[in-house]
Amino acid sequence: MHWEFWTKKLDEEDLIENGVYEESNGTSRTAGMNGNGPSRLVDPLEDPLPGVGTYEDFNTIDWVREKSKDRDRHREITNKSRQSTVALLHSISDAFSGWLLMLLVGLMSGALAGGIDISAHWMTDVKGGLCLRGFWFNHEHCCWLSNETTFQERDRCPQWQSWAELITGKSEGPLAYIMNYLMYIFWALMFSFLAVILVRAFAPYACGSGIPEIKTILSGFIIRGYLGKWTLIIKTITLVLAVSSGLSLGKEGPLVHVACCCANILCHLFTKYRKNEAKRREVLSAAAAVGVSVAFGAPIGGVLFSLEEVSYYFPLKTLWRSFFAALVAAFTLRSINPFGNSRLVLFYVEFHTPWHLVELAPFILLGIFGGLWGALFIKANIAWCRLRKTTCLGHYPVIEVLVVAALTALLAYPNSYTRMSGSELISELFNDCSLLDSSQLCGYKQPANTSDTGVDNSLADRPAGPGLYTALWQLALALVFKMMITVITFGMKVPSGLFIPSMAVGAIAGRLLGVGMEQLAYYNHDSVIFKGWCSQGADCITPGLYAMVGAAACLGGVTRMTVSLVVIMFELTGGLEYIVPLMAATMTSKWVADAFGREGIYEAHIRLNGYPFLEPKEEFEHSSLAVDVMRPRRMDPALAVLTQEGMTVGEVESLVESTHFSGFPVVVSSESQRLVGFVLRRDLLISIDNARKRQDGIVSASQVVFTEHTPLLPPDAPPPLRLRCIMDLSPFTVTDHTPMDITVDIFRKLGLRQCLVTHNGRLLGIITKKDILKHMAQMANRDPDSILFN
Amino acid sequence: MKWVFFLEALLLACFVLLSQVTAKNSEDIRCKCICPPYREVEGQIYKQNVSLKDCNCLHVVDPMPVDGKDVEAYCLRCECKYEERSSGTIKFTIIMYLSILGLLLLYMVYLTLLEPMLKRRLFGHSQLIQSDDDVGDQQPFANAHNVLSRSHSRSNVLNKVEHAQQRWRRQVQEQRKSVFDRHVVLS
Repeated sequence: MHWEFWTKKLDEEDLIENGVYEESNGTSRTAGMNGNGPSRLVDPLEDPLPGVGTYEDFNTIDWVREKSKDRDRHREITNKSRQSTVALLHSISDAFSGWLLMLLVGLMSGALAGGIDISAHWMTDVKGGLCLRGFWFNHEHCCWLSNETTFQERDRCPQWQSWAELITGKSEGPLAYIMNYLMYIFWALMFSFLAVILVRAFAPYACGSGIPEIKTILSGFIIRGYLGKWTLIIKTITLVLAVSSGLSLGKEGPLVHVACCCANILCHLFTKYRKNEAKRREVLSAAAAVGVSVAFGAPIGGVLFSLEEVSYYFPLKTLWRSFFAALVAAFTLRSINPFGNSRLVLFYVEFHTPWHLVELAPFILLGIFGGLWGALFIKANIAWCRLRKTTCLGHYPVIEVLVVAALTALLAYPNSYTRMSGSELISELFNDCSLLDSSQLCGYKQPANTSDTGVDNSLADRPAGPGLYTALWQLALALVFKMMITVITFGMKVPSGLFIPSMAVGAIAGRLLGVGMEQLAYYNHDSVIFKGWCSQGADCITPGLYAMVGAAACLGGVTRMTVSLVVIMFELTGGLEYIVPLMAATMTSKWVADAFGREGIYEAHIRLNGYPFLEPKEEFEHSSLAVDVMRPRRMDPALAVLTQEGMTVGEVESLVESTHFSGFPVVVSSESQRLVGFVLRRDLLISIDNARKRQDGIVSASQVVFTEHTPLLPPDAPPPLRLRCIMDLSPFTVTDHTPMDITVDIFRKLGLRQCLVTHNGRLLGIITKKDILKHMAQMANRDPDSILFN
Repeated sequence: MKWVFFLEALLLACFVLLSQVTAKNSEDIRCKCICPPYREVEGQIYKQNVSLKDCNCLHVVDPMPVDGKDVEAYCLRCECKYEERSSGTIKFTIIMYLSILGLLLLYMVYLTLLEPMLKRRLFGHSQLIQSDDDVGDQQPFANAHNVLSRSHSRSNVLNKVEHAQQRWRRQVQEQRKSVFDRHVVLS
């Protein structure tokens, strides 16, 4: 009951906000409404009674109705365009509005993503110190022009002062280390605290990744406020704070949410998209592509991600428009130039060293690791989130965030590989070592004779030096740390993504394996494995490539992406040479992970939340019939129907109020039970309420008439209320013996909310989407009451 | 309100794009040459703000650590890259971000601490729309008429803003209940 109260309240406010109750032309509209016969609403360009045709919060839209509304509208505009030049211009601008909207979405998302990148880089470095030249420069840009940087210490310059230097004046020694440590923890706590209180105070919908909810919204669900302007502002601001606080999370998932918010807000400028929920979801599909495109600098990968992971219906028109929007966004981001080197992503790699067929074995090994990690992560994360949902852990979100941030900062600072941000770590791991590098990871032993090094500075065939050994065990510790901390970080009440942490785990594992293979090749040049292709002095094994393949395998294991992942990775590297290793690893990881559980992380979260999402990739394997799933069941009271004439307004209202169904079938009479149509609860209530206020003589005793022609009434009877126009005259029906797999297919392909069941031509019952989901849950031995929404 | 927001976003995008076209600060370009260790000379990094055509080893590596005949061999190993940045964009973005963050924090402090205090002092002067009094009416839109007539009778900007703010706060409260308390959405 509380739910219904709340949804009613929200709807009232929405109607008032949109200026619905216009006094002046109310009567003319109702007159027009009652005069028309066909089920099509009066004039698709003008509104019928406002409020009719809209949906309540946490309900599913009617795809068929929305699509046919759009087609009618388009037909009207085309017909009218032949009449005058103004109408012709209107029709041209209507056709063009989709492209203009995509352009605006791309511009806005690209600009926001650029701002987020610049701010996140700066704030991450604030944990370490400040730039004296101008506080807005991060560490790299502070030392940009300085000539005091040396080959060994590329980031040391006098303009950048760490907190120990600023506070105590010392830069070395135990006191400075402890001071830096304390300031790091302080800033991490401060940023995460600000993030969580802003989310809690202004936009609670801004927490989490956003992708599971966007998947559900794109399949037809409505969550009001999820893509609103406050959610956008708060998500942008708190994403930067959350990423900068050192927590093990990424910003790719939240960037998809940000892009979808931009698209939703910009849709309000165009009538075509504002009023039609199905068209709006086309734009949201394109916006999801834009989000991934600005996160990775991969427009094609973004479009494929939207097609494969996020969208439910993806017509070809959306494909072309998504690509356009993704390109515009990538171009905008490039011109803002957040990284100062015309690259879109921090870890753009440029090596082109070839790989050998024998290396497929370690790549497949990485794939198996990725699959195992994915399955384990999903199980652990869902268990933790369920704990958060059901026990008292969920009552203290702010304290939880602070504790996790403190734990992360405490354990991450001592190890230089966990101290740096996720993207920096990945970029360092993807880097192929050459003589120009001086990092610990490239600490190979110098050969005795320096003059016989290759001209291209490649670091071929060297044994590991002490620097590299230190790096290796530090990386192993970092791997264990990151694997465990990401499980409790994803799903907290701050914006959190998991692309970067998964890729970091995979990159560390890949790099370790790559260095292992490299050293194995160095010490065993004559063994049978390496003899043919890896001779002495040749540069045959690239650990950076192993890191890349590992990152792809782990990300694929967690999200179960296939094509889009490979395309994103090869757009990151800029070359087609590594497609085969990437595909091998991704496919292996998906197969291994699918052996443990069929769902990716996003589907698992959808199921945890109980959203009414009918998975398009699953098949219905059981042999039940429609009559087994429909309501009412054998012991239930009979189906609540309306008759096409003979019911009064009072009876209708009491029937509607006494039940909580979202729609009612209309039959010829209660004896024959022959189907006429279907009417939605919301439309019924709005029409009756409006008629009571606006039309003369409508009282509780007035007849409600769904037929085309009013029946003859005695002369002193009150005037009838004609409601044929809100009735859907073509509801979908199946017979009671239709197998359920065909029924589920119909629901999926057409996007239905409900379907009527007939027997020998008479109405027998109704199947709703929720019934199907409950049935599927029962068949899979899950709790059918976990399906919460309608 | 939505128009203003959209206009702001567009202005931000335009500003950012325009800032690329404006006169380049000479401090914003550089040529960075990394030279690896060569014989007895250890590795070095050289930076100078020269333009793209001068970005090579001979112009940037100064002073040259090796003598005449080795210069070519040395320079072959050095890798020179030309880089550009826009410090104006960075400054603008950071200052804008910090100011929005500051405004949000101030607004939050105002909403949680100051407003109840002010309301307690000014109680009775303004008619607030009480959110908890309307328990489920039989007719779902019965209240809408009252609300509308009330706001029409005193239609000045301040009351509209207050009404909008009250509605927004109620929405946020409901969102907070479903996300944080009942864990129904976004658990």
